[in-house]
Amino acid sequence: MTVALFLEQILNGLQLGVMLFLMAAGLTLIFGVMGLINLAHGSLFMIGGFVCAAVAAWTGSFWLGLIASLIAAAAAGALVEIAVIRRLYDRDHLDQVLATFALVLMFSEAVRFVFGSFPLYLDPPVFLAGPVMLPGDLPYPAYRLAIIIAGLVVAAGLGLLISKTRLGMQIRAGEADREMIAALGVDIRFLYTVVFALGAALAGFAGALIGAIQSVQIGMGEPVLILAFVVIVIGGIGSIRGALVAALIVGLVDTLGRFLLPTLLSGAMEASAARGVGSALASMLIYLLMAVVLVFKPRGLFPANA
Amino acid sequence: MKKTFLGLTAAASLLAGVSMAAAEPVKVGMITTLSGGGASLGIDVRDGFQLALKQSGNTDVELIIEDDARKPDLAVQLSDKLIQSDKVDVMTGIIWSNLAMAVIPGAVAQDKIYLSPNAGPSQLAGAGCNANYFNVAWQNDNLHEAMGAYATSADFKKSFILAPNYPAGKDALTGFKRFFKGEVVKEVYTQLGQTDYAAEIAEIRASGADNVFFFLPGGMGIAFMKQYAGAGVDVPLLGPAFSFDQAILQAVGDAALGVKNTSQWSKDIDNETNKAFVESFQAEYGRLPSLYASQGFDTANLLLSAMETASISDKDAFRAALKAANFKSTRGDFKFGNNNHPIQDIYVREVIKEGDVYTNKLVGVALEDHADAYAADCKM
Repeated sequence: MTVALFLEQILNGLQLGVMLFLMAAGLTLIFGVMGLINLAHGSLFMIGGFVCAAVAAWTGSFWLGLIASLIAAAAAGALVEIAVIRRLYDRDHLDQVLATFALVLMFSEAVRFVFGSFPLYLDPPVFLAGPVMLPGDLPYPAYRLAIIIAGLVVAAGLGLLISKTRLGMQIRAGEADREMIAALGVDIRFLYTVVFALGAALAGFAGALIGAIQSVQIGMGEPVLILAFVVIVIGGIGSIRGALVAALIVGLVDTLGRFLLPTLLSGAMEASAARGVGSALASMLIYLLMAVVLVFKPRGLFPANA
Repeated sequence: MKKTFLGLTAAASLLAGVSMAAAEPVKVGMITTLSGGGASLGIDVRDGFQLALKQSGNTDVELIIEDDARKPDLAVQLSDKLIQSDKVDVMTGIIWSNLAMAVIPGAVAQDKIYLSPNAGPSQLAGAGCNANYFNVAWQNDNLHEAMGAYATSADFKKSFILAPNYPAGKDALTGFKRFFKGEVVKEVYTQLGQTDYAAEIAEIRASGADNVFFFLPGGMGIAFMKQYAGAGVDVPLLGPAFSFDQAILQAVGDAALGVKNTSQWSKDIDNETNKAFVESFQAEYGRLPSLYASQGFDTANLLLSAMETASISDKDAFRAALKAANFKSTRGDFKFGNNNHPIQDIYVREVIKEGDVYTNKLVGVALEDHADAYAADCKM
């Protein structure tokens, strides 16, 4: 194993982490502010991917596709919030899970109806298509590097939005005490719609970015959603900072685990058994991590209302 | 009285005529993958199968098609439905070996005939072979064995090998290693349906291998090839035809040009059946057929050939008629071994561009009259 390989895997872990953060940020905001468990967040990720692929194929421009995916996901989020989610805030979590799971099925069938069952293809913009040379003669896919940078920029922007703006103040106040800020004259219904649309746009953005290195297909959001839930539980529900730290930890642990565990185990047992046990353990690793974090910090690393 | 008698005989002979024409209709249940990342495979098998039925003009086949979405639990439910409520005689269609292992042993135990148009897990070729189970495509190891033989003859020395962690993935790497005489520097199993291969590609870059053998059918192959091209790794790729089918090639584009792959079928195999098949498939569906489509087409023609000589109600005769494989295959010569798996030539193909379309052309034969390694364990 070389240093270059190790560095490349760390970058891969960061890229996965940044992508998870984009998903988890919306999820954790929605849960923190509205107290809502939204299983349909993965569908918004899928919508982002499909709209970006369709618009990019139609106009020939990835960037127009990316903008369209942001708008479409935010619009879908706002629509769903007004039509369905709004009725769920006062219900218990089981009702919310059932209703948003129904939304998952409806979105999947609707996308199948519009785009068909075949996966769509989306290519990254030409100047990001190949590898770039990082310092130390380390070639790395330019597009993945761009995802890392874009994700970190979004994280910084979101941090500023929450800590410095009026909207951010209302969001923080909403997390702390919903009734009180309604009593102070803030239009809480509008605030909820805005937060939901913001979360949806982030998910759609992630879907569009990821669509360009994978195939855009129905159900692409669900595996990511499960990881995003792990991230918000580790990070502390409602905390953007927690989501960022936990997303990066989960991304790194997952990638490095998949790569290192089979190698480490091959010292202790026969090669083919080590591969089997190693990959099985690697896929469990982040859940073990979640369990350990919850034992020592039952409310996550950065509890929002500590 | 006489009139009544005449009328009755006329009616009886008419009825007899009707039942003669209906010559024992055969009910076929097809469970295949029509949605999700593996959809292009199932759609090709289905279209090839239906094209053969249409061309035969035989109206005695009733075809029921179900979508398993590559989910084993769903495939089992659909199989129960087809057997118990639709009462099918023959089953076919499954693409993925993990689904095949969930469905086929149960179906053949209930005396249904199963014609596999794709999956050929090793478990069903050796000690687990069954008189009701016929594989019309290949035993899973076959194409990979051929690539192992090709890689050896092309003087590759160090191979990095990669496949999903499911029965066909294990068969694939076993098959490759059986015929590859060089060194395997690393063997990696990924998750079935995995879409991000960054970690594996980084390992390939660092491995010092002089070739990468990968078996990633459907959407997995598309994701891998795109990411491989983006990473700028220049180790040559080798693989079975599954990693370079029509759908994958169109999505991957120039990055795949010149790549060698092994297949039991190619659109330029020179025989009348194949030429007619390629032309009529294009005319019917507006796209080039893949090897999956050829397998669906051959499967239907095998079934039709058996229906000509035997009746489905006489299972022994019907099985014997299937085993005779008296049909014109798109692959040219085709026969079954003792374990009801094909004995056939396996070719080497190269990815080329014809106009705007990426496809494969034949460049040689990797293994002639190749049977599988498990036949000896089959007590049939």
